[in-house]
Amino acid sequence: MVTLNRESMSIMREIDVIPFRNRLKEYAVKIGMSLVNQTKIITAASELARNMLKYANGGKVTIEVVSKGRENGIRMVFKDEGPGIPDIDKAMKDGFSTGKSLGLGLPGTKRLVSEFAITSEVGKGTTVIVTKWKNG
Amino acid sequence: MKNEAIKIFQKKKKAVLENWMKFQLADEGLREDLMSNEDLRSQSEELLDAFIDNLSDENIDDPANSAFEAIVDILSGISISRAKQGFSPRETGIFVFSLKDALLNVLQQEIKDPQELYVQSLKIIKIIDSFGISTFETFIKGREEVILRQTDEISEISTPVIRVWDGILALPIIGTLDSARTQIVMENLLQEIVESGSSIAILDISGVPAVDSLVAQHLIKTVSATRLMGAECIISGIRPEIAQTVVHLGIDLSQVVTKASLASALKTAFGLLQLQVVKKQKQQQITE
Ligand SMILES: Nc1ncnc2c1ncn2[C@@H]1O[C@H](COP(=O)(O)OP(=O)(O)O)[C@@H](O)[C@H]1O
Ligand SMILES: [Mg+2]
Repeated sequence: MVTLNRESMSIMREIDVIPFRNRLKEYAVKIGMSLVNQTKIITAASELARNMLKYANGGKVTIEVVSKGRENGIRMVFKDEGPGIPDIDKAMKDGFSTGKSLGLGLPGTKRLVSEFAITSEVGKGTTVIVTKWKNG
Repeated sequence: MKNEAIKIFQKKKKAVLENWMKFQLADEGLREDLMSNEDLRSQSEELLDAFIDNLSDENIDDPANSAFEAIVDILSGISISRAKQGFSPRETGIFVFSLKDALLNVLQQEIKDPQELYVQSLKIIKIIDSFGISTFETFIKGREEVILRQTDEISEISTPVIRVWDGILALPIIGTLDSARTQIVMENLLQEIVESGSSIAILDISGVPAVDSLVAQHLIKTVSATRLMGAECIISGIRPEIAQTVVHLGIDLSQVVTKASLASALKTAFGLLQLQVVKKQKQQQITE
């Protein structure tokens, strides 16, 4: 996988999500992603950004335009220094929430993207990396 | 003994001001539409007075000195009000940095020794640069305040409740549906239901860019609240790409009446109220 372009933004307040989402949309349009895939990656990004805000008091996101073979895509790294997730398997289950919400953010995001990886360490923070291929 | 530069500035205050005004007025981007030349002059004079009066042997080498706080305050006030009036950062930058040109210009005329001129100039440059940085910081803060105020205004005005028919309300939602906004939408809607005695509400989300799990949760909550009031709530404007995304996310909207367009939601609403829209018969056909 080759990175063609990289940009970082910090997400500290709810209003920071709007410019981030707009930027993401620009990249998605630029690589010619279909409307359905655009909507999927934007929704996934929205879930992960909200989690950072809600559970970790904010964090940093890096957007990359990547390419593998003939396929272009967008890769995002969400990194926070929050409390971490004690049981990732549990957090990945539909409906599990410690925040009185639907508990669909993490498992739903995994279904919306092409590649999904999560690492977390209690007391250190959480990193979620997702990739959506243009036609994936 | 007083620093050479301070003595020069005190003596030549008038010349500095004239120079400064000349530089500012020479800028092509000068916004005479936003501020008259008289206002610009009095603003400049106030700042220059404060600067020269506060300048002393102790602080001329120390841009962070607390004696400059008063000037930074004046500058911040100017900077914030300019940000709100719609000045660009460039114009505000020129306001500060042309003062540097004016001060250096006068120093150059008065100090003949190049070494001394260099030393004094450097001090002035450092002080004005630090003013410049403060100015930009406050300028951006001013702009952020404008943005925050607009955000509030937008969420206020962009949640109208429309009485589309007797007993039918419509709420077009445009933009992001966050928690604060949902609260406003819900309050407006419930109040209108009571006031108008409506039994059907259509929530149109054609203008919502993305429906994530939080937005969905808000929508479901609004529907439940409407039902508690004895009214039915239809969600319309779910575009195909949003429908697909919602399904992948795993959101269950089966308990909610959803329609693709506002028109089809209205049709359903007419049906629920046992109303029918029929084409008017031509005049002759009736008389026939
Ligand atoms: N960045 C994060 N830091 C700490 N905990 C998190 C983070 N993201 C998710 N979690 C945990 O995982 C759970 C599931 O998250 P998610 O699937 O998005 O559902 P929800 O946000 O509705 O609870 C959350 O309730 C929270 O306990
Ligand atoms: Mg979540």
